[in-house]
Amino acid sequence: MTPLSYFAVFRALGAETVLVLTALVALTVDLASLRRAPLPVRTRRLGAVTVMGLLASVIPLWLQMDQPRQVLLGGTLVVDGLSLFFKLVIVVLALVTVAISMDYDVGRHVGEYFAVLLFGAIGMMLLISAEELLTIFVALELTSISLYILTAFHKGELRSQEAAVKYFMFGAMSSAFLLFGLSYVFGVTGATSLQGIHEFGRTAPVGGLGPLLAVGLLFVLVGFGFKVAIVPFHLWAPDAYEGAPTPVTAYIATGSKVASFLVLLKVLFIGFAGMQGSAFWGRFASGWTMLLALTGALSMVLGNCAAIVQHNVKRLLAYSSIAHAGYIFIGLTAATRMGATAVFFYIIVYALTNLGAFGVVAALSSRAGGDELQDFDGMARRAPFLSLLMLIFVLSLAGIPPLGGFFGKFYLFAAAIQSDAENFGLLWLVVLGIVMSAVSLYYYLILLKHIYVADSVDPSRVRTPTYLNVTLALVALAVVALGLFPDPILALLNGLLAAL
Amino acid sequence: MMRVDWTIYLSFLGAGLILLLPRESKNLIRWVALLTGVAGLLVALQGYFVYDGWVREMVRSSGGLQTGFRDVVDVPWIPSLGIGYHLAVDGINYPLVVLNGFVCVTGILFSWNIENRVKEFFAFFLTLIAGVYGVFLAMDLFLLFVFYELAIIPKYFIIAIWGSTRKEYGAMKLVLYSFVGSAAVFIGILAMFYSTRERTFDILELARHPIARNVQLWVFPLIFFGFAVLAGIWPFHTWAPTGHVAAPTAASMLLAGVVMKLGAYGCLRGAMLLFPQGLEYWRWWIAWLAVIGIVYGAAVALVQDDFKFIIGYSSVSHMGFVLLGLATLNVIGMSGAVLQMFSHGVVASLLFAVVGRMVYDRTHTRQLDELGGLAKVIPFACVTFVVAGAASMGMPGFSGFVAEIQVLIGAFRMSPWLTAGAAVGILLTVAYILNAIHKVFYAEDEHRSTGDHGSHGGGEPGAAGHEGAGESRWDLPPITLPERVGAVILMALLVIIGLYPSIMLDMIKANVEVFLRGMP
Repeated sequence: MTPLSYFAVFRALGAETVLVLTALVALTVDLASLRRAPLPVRTRRLGAVTVMGLLASVIPLWLQMDQPRQVLLGGTLVVDGLSLFFKLVIVVLALVTVAISMDYDVGRHVGEYFAVLLFGAIGMMLLISAEELLTIFVALELTSISLYILTAFHKGELRSQEAAVKYFMFGAMSSAFLLFGLSYVFGVTGATSLQGIHEFGRTAPVGGLGPLLAVGLLFVLVGFGFKVAIVPFHLWAPDAYEGAPTPVTAYIATGSKVASFLVLLKVLFIGFAGMQGSAFWGRFASGWTMLLALTGALSMVLGNCAAIVQHNVKRLLAYSSIAHAGYIFIGLTAATRMGATAVFFYIIVYALTNLGAFGVVAALSSRAGGDELQDFDGMARRAPFLSLLMLIFVLSLAGIPPLGGFFGKFYLFAAAIQSDAENFGLLWLVVLGIVMSAVSLYYYLILLKHIYVADSVDPSRVRTPTYLNVTLALVALAVVALGLFPDPILALLNGLLAAL
Repeated sequence: MMRVDWTIYLSFLGAGLILLLPRESKNLIRWVALLTGVAGLLVALQGYFVYDGWVREMVRSSGGLQTGFRDVVDVPWIPSLGIGYHLAVDGINYPLVVLNGFVCVTGILFSWNIENRVKEFFAFFLTLIAGVYGVFLAMDLFLLFVFYELAIIPKYFIIAIWGSTRKEYGAMKLVLYSFVGSAAVFIGILAMFYSTRERTFDILELARHPIARNVQLWVFPLIFFGFAVLAGIWPFHTWAPTGHVAAPTAASMLLAGVVMKLGAYGCLRGAMLLFPQGLEYWRWWIAWLAVIGIVYGAAVALVQDDFKFIIGYSSVSHMGFVLLGLATLNVIGMSGAVLQMFSHGVVASLLFAVVGRMVYDRTHTRQLDELGGLAKVIPFACVTFVVAGAASMGMPGFSGFVAEIQVLIGAFRMSPWLTAGAAVGILLTVAYILNAIHKVFYAEDEHRSTGDHGSHGGGEPGAAGHEGAGESRWDLPPITLPERVGAVILMALLVIIGLYPSIMLDMIKANVEVFLRGMP
C-alpha cells in the first residue's frame, strides 16, 4: 500500500471538493445575506451560486480526462475515463435539476435545499468512482440520505412527508440487505475490493459461487434492486415519486439511478464475473443473469401494466421508470461488452429523457395547479413550446425513432441477441421487452392525448421563464441528437470500457 | 435537378417552418403547406426524367440484382452496426413516391377548410408525409424501420384531434395495431441481423447473401405479417375501417391512399426480397388470406349504412389485390400488384375526398338513408364519385382495370381458384359502388316517398307534389376551388394511367423481373 497523501486525494477528487465548497458557500450566503430577501429571489440567487459551483466542477473533471487511470487509497477509489465521463453526466443532471428547482417553490430552507442537493451529487460521484464494497456502501448512503431529506422538503404537505418516510424505510431496509450481503461476500472471499472478489472467483474451484457467496450475491442484488426500483422491490417508487417535490423526483429518477446502475454493473461485471450462470432459453443455470432476467421481466410487465391505470403524471412516470429499469436489466443480463455499452448508453438517454419530462411536469404543474392527468388538458394550446418538448421526451420514452430512447432500446435488445447469436438464447427476453414497449405506447399516448387532444377548462397562456425553456430545450436537443447520431457516444463508451 | 431524397427534407423543412409561423395566420400556413407539398411533388416528378432513361436501359440489359436500383444517397450512419443512410430509387418505389406527392398536394387542398388548430394540423401532416417518403426511398432496413415508425405517431394526433366518429378510439386502435405490427418486424429484423455473417442492414447487401433456410421460415412471417398489418391483411384489418372513418378527410386519404401501401411496400422490400425461401413456404397462406380479404372486405362494404365505412372496407378489399399480386411471384401478377398500389392510392384518396370533404363536411351525415339526391345539388361530387367508383370497380379505361386484370391473370397462373375467389370480390365491388352512388347521389324520390308515407301517412298530395317538383331538400354550399383542383388532378391520374399504363408499367415490370431473378 502506498502512503496516503491527502493532497493527491483532493486533487483526484477535485470536482467533489469543489462541490463540497459550493454547498458550504450556498449555506453561508443564504445565512449571511439572503435571509430577508423574498423567497423567489433567494431561490434564484442560491440556484445561481449552485450552478456556478457545478460549472466550476467541470474544470477539474476536464483536466483529468486525458490522464491515465488513477487508483487511490488502496483501490477504494478509481479515477479513470469511464468514471470521469459519468461524473460529468451527473454534473449535467444536477445542473438541470438546479435549473428546474430555481423555478419551483422548494420551501423556506433554500440554502439547505441546494446544499443537500449538492451532497447528493457528491455521493453519486463517489459512487461512480468506488470499486470497493465499503466505499460503495458509504457513497450509496450519502446519496440516499440526501435524497430522503430532499423528498421531505415540501414541509407543509402530508404527501411529501409520507413519501419521505416510505422512501426512508424502504431505503434503510435495502441498505441493511446490502450490508448483510456484503458481509457474506467479505466472509467468503476475504476481500472487499471488486478486483479481490474477482480474483477469488477466478482461483476458487467450481466457479466460485458456493452457497454462502450465492446468499451474499442475492442480498447484494436485493439491496441494489431497491435502489434502482426493480420489481419486486419497487413499492417505494410510485409514492416517493409522487410525493417528492418534482425537481427532487427528477433527481431521484435520474441521477441516483445512473450512479446505482453504473456501480451495479461494476459489481456484477468485475466482482462477480464468472458467476453469471446463464439465462439462455433452455440452458438456464444459476447465477446473477438468471436473477436479473427474472426481475427485469417482472419489472417490464408490471411497470408497464400498472402505468396504464395511473391518473397522476408523476406516478405514471414512476411506473414507466420501473419498466425502464427492466429494459436496462436486459442489457445487464447479456453480460457482454456490448451489453455494458448498451446499458451505459441507455442510462444516459433514459436519464436525460426523464429529467426533461419531469422538468416539464415541474414547470407546468406548479402553474396548472396540480400534477393529475387532467391538469395537463389542453397544454398544447396553453404552453406550446414546453408541450412540444414533452412530446419529444414522452415519445423518446416510448421508443419512437429517431429519438434517443429508440436507439437505446434497439441497442439493448441487439446486445441481448448478440450475447448468444447462434441460438437466440435471450430472444425470449427481447420479445417480452418489445411486446411490453408496444403496451407502453398506450399510456404514453394517453398522457400525450391529455396534452394535445383534450381541451382545457382554463385557456390562459402558461408562461415559463426563459432560462428554464432553454435548459429543457437543450435537454430535448440532446435526446434527439443521441437518437440521430449515436455513433460518437457509442464509440466513446466502447473506448472507455476497453480501458477498464 | 434535385435528388429525389429532397422530398423528405422539404417536407420536414415545411413542417418546421409552419411551427415557426404565428398560429393566427391561417392562410399563410395553408399556403406554406401547399407550396411544400407541390415542391415535394415536383421533385418527385422530375425524378422521372432523371431516372427514366436509365430504367429503360436496365430493361434491356440483364444484370444482377444490384442493377435494378439507382442510388440516391449512401453514406454510413451508424457504422458500428452496419447501418447506412442509404436511399435509392427503382421502378417499384418510384411510382409510390410520386403517388405520395400527389396525395400530399390533394390532401392539403381538401383540408383547406380546416379552421381548428391549422398550424399543428399541417405540421403533423407534413411530418407524416416526410416519413412516408422516407419509407419508400429507404434501402436500409433499419432506416426503413425508423421512417416507418416516424410515420405512425402523427397519424394518432391527426385522427384524435381533427377526426370525427369515435376518433380517440379509432386513433388509438390504428396506432397500437401498427405498433404491434412493427414490433414483430423489429424482432424479425434483429433476428435476421444476427443470423447473417455480413452484419449489415443494407437491403441490397443482404439480398445478395442468402440467409439460412430455417431462419427464413420463421423470420419471414414475422416481418411480412408485421408489415401486412398496415396493409390491412385479413384478419389484421380491423384497424383500417375504424381508423379511416374516424380520420379527417386528408388523413383518410393519406391512410388509405399511401399508408396502407407502406405496409405492402414493407412486405415486398423487407420480407419478400430478403427471404425468398420463406416466401416460397408462406406464399399460399398469403394468397388465400388476400383472397379472403378481397371477398370479405367487399361483402362487408355491401351491408354498411355509413358512407365512409363502405370506402373503409373497400380499401381492405382492394389491398387484398395488392397482396394477392405480390404472392403470385410472376411478372404479370407482381407488376399488377405494384400498379394496384398506385391506382388504389389515387382511387381511395378520391373516394375519401368525396365522402369526407364534399359530402360529410356539407351534409354532416354519412348515413346512406339520410343522404340522397345530392347529384342535383353538388353534381361535381357526383361526377367525381362515379369516376372514382368506376376505377374502383375495375372499369376499362381507368387505372384500376389495368392493375386488377394483371393481378387476376397472375393469380390464375398460381391457381385458378384464387382468381375465381377474387372475381367474386369484383362482383361485390360493383354492387356496393352502384349501391352507394344510387343511395347518395340519386334516390331522392325514394326518400321522399318513404318519408312522406312515414310522417304524413298519405297526407295532402299537393304538398308532396310541390316538394317533389321544387328545389331539393339540401341547401349546401357549392364545391370550392381547392376541391375542384384536387379532384381534377386525381381523376386525371386515373385516366392517364388507365389509357397509357406503360408510363409506369414499364419501369415496374423491369424491376419486378429483376426481383424475380433473385428468387429460387
